[in-house]
Amino acid sequence: MKPRHKRFVLVGAGVAGLALSAGLVLSAFQKNLVFFYTPTQVAANEAPVGKSFRIGGLVEKGSVKREADGVSVKFVVTDTAKSIPVVYRGILPDLFKEGKGVVTQGKIGPDGTFSADEVLAKHDENYMPPAAQDALNQATAKKAAESMAVAEKGK
Amino acid sequence: MAPELGNFAVILTLCIALVQSTLPLIGAARGNAAWMAVARPAAQGQLLFIAFAFGCLTYAFVTNDFSVTYVAQHSNSRLPLEYRVAGVWGGHEGSLLLWTLMLGVWMFAVSVFSRTLPEEMVARVLGIMGLISVGFLVFMLFASNPFDRLLPGAADGRDLNPLLQDPGMVFHPPMLYMGYVGFSVAFAFAMAALLDGRLDAAWARWSRPWTTVAWMFLTLGIALGSYWAYYELGWGGWWFWDPVENASFMPWLIGTALIHSLAVTEKRGAFRIWTVFLAITAFSLSLLGTFLVRSGVLTSVHAFATDPKRGIFILIFLAVVVGTSLTLFAWRASKVGLGGRFALVSRESLLLTNNALLLVAAGAVLLGTLYPLILDALGMGKISVGPPYFDTVFVPLLAPALFLMGVGPLARWKQASVPELAVRLRWALAVSFVVAVIVPFAMGNWSTMVSFGILLATWIAATCVVSLRARLALLPNERLGARLVKLPSSYYGMLFAHLGVAVFVVGVTLVSGYQVENDVRMEVGDSSHLSGYGFKLTDIKEVPGPNYTATRGTIEVTQDGKPVTTLHPEKRVYTVQNMPMTEAAIDYGMTRHLYVALGESVGPKAWIVRLYYKPYISWIWLGCLLMGFGGLLAAIDRRYRVRTRADSAPAASTVGLKPSPAR
Repeated sequence: MKPRHKRFVLVGAGVAGLALSAGLVLSAFQKNLVFFYTPTQVAANEAPVGKSFRIGGLVEKGSVKREADGVSVKFVVTDTAKSIPVVYRGILPDLFKEGKGVVTQGKIGPDGTFSADEVLAKHDENYMPPAAQDALNQATAKKAAESMAVAEKGK
Repeated sequence: MAPELGNFAVILTLCIALVQSTLPLIGAARGNAAWMAVARPAAQGQLLFIAFAFGCLTYAFVTNDFSVTYVAQHSNSRLPLEYRVAGVWGGHEGSLLLWTLMLGVWMFAVSVFSRTLPEEMVARVLGIMGLISVGFLVFMLFASNPFDRLLPGAADGRDLNPLLQDPGMVFHPPMLYMGYVGFSVAFAFAMAALLDGRLDAAWARWSRPWTTVAWMFLTLGIALGSYWAYYELGWGGWWFWDPVENASFMPWLIGTALIHSLAVTEKRGAFRIWTVFLAITAFSLSLLGTFLVRSGVLTSVHAFATDPKRGIFILIFLAVVVGTSLTLFAWRASKVGLGGRFALVSRESLLLTNNALLLVAAGAVLLGTLYPLILDALGMGKISVGPPYFDTVFVPLLAPALFLMGVGPLARWKQASVPELAVRLRWALAVSFVVAVIVPFAMGNWSTMVSFGILLATWIAATCVVSLRARLALLPNERLGARLVKLPSSYYGMLFAHLGVAVFVVGVTLVSGYQVENDVRMEVGDSSHLSGYGFKLTDIKEVPGPNYTATRGTIEVTQDGKPVTTLHPEKRVYTVQNMPMTEAAIDYGMTRHLYVALGESVGPKAWIVRLYYKPYISWIWLGCLLMGFGGLLAAIDRRYRVRTRADSAPAASTVGLKPSPAR
């Protein structure tokens, strides 16, 4: 092989290798993206069926119930407008509490129950996961808009 | 009084840094020896004053001076002394102070251990480090001053985040920062070389030990953090692909590429531009890591207050550092020269391939870490990228890298022959395949992934043996011991680091293949079984702590009816922040950990308990220790300390021939 040909092989192999790894990275990235939805969006059937996603909001007061086996747990996540029932098997994080913010990841079932495989409630007593805060803000804004509309009608 | 003195010391440090970042650089450009000579004493002065400032803040913490905002936010009068000291770097402002202290330490080290370097090089390196120091000190003084007073002072502090109240907090951040900041030396050397236009084997030999030491600290720092997360978070995982972990992992990947690229530049004069590029990238990612973690961009254990002023300053600082260095790179890189040629199959090409793989891996981590942040910042929706992404990407990227790791040290520089390599490596390959088949069966459960991991680990270890034998065969016929002593310590460093990777891979493979995790509901008196061990919950009681109250369980562990150990997992509630914390109890062993944590209370006497069996998990951190030890051996090699004739000649001429107007 002449040096020029050799260089071609080298550059070609390099480009092919990079393209291959870039393809690998990007396809893995696309497959494993997890999107976030608010309970209102889930209730409006905007969330994908059969694919994992995250929901966030407050844990509804009085909704946390342990099953008889002691390991499964049911609770309700709400953004104050809509509520989604959640089932989870395992230990809840230390900072999981009724009335506090939570983010959970899992899939929605045909009966509208969210089966979570991950529950996140982090860091300190007053901290609200940003995603949960976002869901609450959206719901509050929507409610405000609706009540304004109702008031307009009443006039 | 102490906080004001500390504040004043920071201002003085800034003044010195301003001098250090101008005079020596101008002096080096104009050949003014007196101006260049400012660099060393300035660097030493910076360390003196910043250490004093650091001492002042520590004093404020130790004496519970809650009239200092930062102390009031991160300490409490009931906090044990060691955590009051560690609390100094428990938040954003103090972390910055620690960063600048570390920078001072590195600058001091450069000023002391640079006797063999030409004056111009020292002046430029310290000048550039001075510039970095200016950036950090300005940021600290104007946007995140740890000495700000709180008026009126608080009666007591808000306490340190309970997650941080752990011996890990005492060691992990300083180690990690030594690593992060250490890459500033490699960066400064690269910039100095670009300014100087001198980027040769001698330059690579000067910057190699610095880079290796920084890499060693980063390796140990990350390992400590991983170990801390493992026993503290109570989930039994050792790596979570959390953005904060990724922030430290990216500079490590690039740093690993850099130390190998530097080796080629030193030995063969090749890869010069590549080396400079890696040095710039490694330091930029260290900066990004520091800022991502501490600025509140990432909400996690490590992040604290959010402040837009800080975010903007950080972005500007990053843009200036990356922008200037890349501009200088683009402008001067063509003058650097290409260095020795090499064939398609050679040690150079193998190292280049591994460098590319490491770079792609770092790019993949960067994508997974930053993309969700950017999307969120632009208001385009919230997404997250979880561990499955990183797992999918890392196995195919790093498996070829691990394979080539075995071939590289045996391939010849410049041109290697594939048939010759095949002959030399055939036994190593055979042994690896045999072990890869035996181990999964010996563990009692076939798994292809485990077999593959063991194959790679054995391959690395076996090729290390082949390489050592080949090196010894080259030496004159003496006793084995005499020949072993003759090999350079940098060679042993390589062996230890590579063996460390093998040990690490064994740990990761076996723990992910054979760990058993079980969450069970237990009442006092209940028993449960896991992987041949019996766990009996014999007692649960309340125990008071200094600044928390704990519920402590007693779990007796037996194997075949014989007692193994008694574990005491705790669930603590830290009183000041009213924050619950899980303290796992672990029975350590080289071949397995038994990991027990109290989950949550589900009745008056009933708890959900996590029972984990983690085979060979110690090997993960043992491997990191070996890597770090390898780095140390490589850095203390004799040849970095001897001043060779070739180096000293130009150095002497630059100092001797140029006029020094000051005298």
